[in-house]
Amino acid sequence: MSDTAATLRRQMFGSAGLLALFAIVGGVLVAGTEALTRERIIEQQRASLRSTLTEVLPAERYTNALLDDTIRIRDPDLLGTDEPLTAYRARRGAEPVAVLFPVVAPDGYSGDIRLLVGIDTHGTLTGVRVLNHRETPGLGDAIETRRSDWIRQFAGLSLGEPPPRQWKVRKDGGQFDQFAGATITPRAVIKAVRQALVFFDTHRDTLLAPPVDTP
Amino acid sequence: MSTQRDIIRNGLWTNNPGLVQLLGLCPLLAVSNSVINALGLGLATLLVLTASNVAVSAIRNIVRDEIRIPVFVLVIAAFVTTVELAMNAWLHELYTVLGIFIPLIVTNCAIIGRAEAFASRNPVGHAALDGLMMGLGFALALVALGALRELLGQGTLLADAELLFGAVAQDWTLTIIPDFRGFLLAVLPPGAFIGLALLIAAKNAFERRQARSATAPSAGIADPA
Repeated sequence: MSDTAATLRRQMFGSAGLLALFAIVGGVLVAGTEALTRERIIEQQRASLRSTLTEVLPAERYTNALLDDTIRIRDPDLLGTDEPLTAYRARRGAEPVAVLFPVVAPDGYSGDIRLLVGIDTHGTLTGVRVLNHRETPGLGDAIETRRSDWIRQFAGLSLGEPPPRQWKVRKDGGQFDQFAGATITPRAVIKAVRQALVFFDTHRDTLLAPPVDTP
Repeated sequence: MSTQRDIIRNGLWTNNPGLVQLLGLCPLLAVSNSVINALGLGLATLLVLTASNVAVSAIRNIVRDEIRIPVFVLVIAAFVTTVELAMNAWLHELYTVLGIFIPLIVTNCAIIGRAEAFASRNPVGHAALDGLMMGLGFALALVALGALRELLGQGTLLADAELLFGAVAQDWTLTIIPDFRGFLLAVLPPGAFIGLALLIAAKNAFERRQARSATAPSAGIADPA
């Protein structure tokens, strides 16, 4: 009787030990890969961020390290999200050139549309791009540059150009084209871009302030 | 020799994970909207499946029956995470496009299914071949569905090949139907179900025809009676 109990116990400890061994081997494998790829992944993420930022503001317009000159911004009303966002500040020497920041259009056809806007010191848009969205393929996805040039028309516009009444899709009496079969998506994007301009206007001084030297 | 041929035939055709076993349907349906997405996930799955089959087969004699499932899960999870990190590092753009479906490879029943049904009972060589062939069968089903949906949905094939193959593939995109506005249904989720159903139906129809032509001569001889 006690013999079978001893055997059973030995088996149980044996299995537990083996399981632990596999957990350790698996853990080592994953940790090793993580250590090997960590730097490359960070580099890739920065490269992909850099190329998105370049879409909105050409690299020759600024001289500073855009990715490292950032401030946190948060404004649930104008930026469309509760979460704090990162604004990137472009400078030429010490002179501010433009601010790039994400803005969320919460009223897309299916969920949030995340945009990146670039606004120069005069309050003029240097460009707008879509970071991600879940709009209907073939209809709402015309906001992507690979589908159409629609989003490019924002470059050069500002709060007063076109006048506020015109910051709407054509269907609502504005100057922007809607897409065949999709009005909700462009309407949401236009509204979000305009609110980004309002945000810039309100917080202009903070956004363009010289960088805080972090020791 | 014949077992090897059986393993190959099983994985690619008779027991294809995507078209016959209908395992791993979630990624199969979700990322098959273009050839490149399908190929990317297919290759990642192939890699994990082969590696997990080899590992499971190698340890099959030291792992007690009671703990084999948790051990398989550990092994598979470790390989999936490794592949995920590697894709994030070297195929970053594709990684961004495939998103959650790379870590979700871990839930692909085809993988634990092969570990349990085949790798845990066969020598390493056979298990490796089985993993390779099952993975290839899955990847081929995925690519076939991806090609069908991309062609009907956008009129192209191999769009965005540079995500997988780098800058050399910049202009690999084949525009099969120029100025095609796209058949929206093919790109949307229902298109995945309909497309998969069509592929399975085509496979079954082909097999039935094969079977009929094989039996036809003997039927002809029996006819005079």
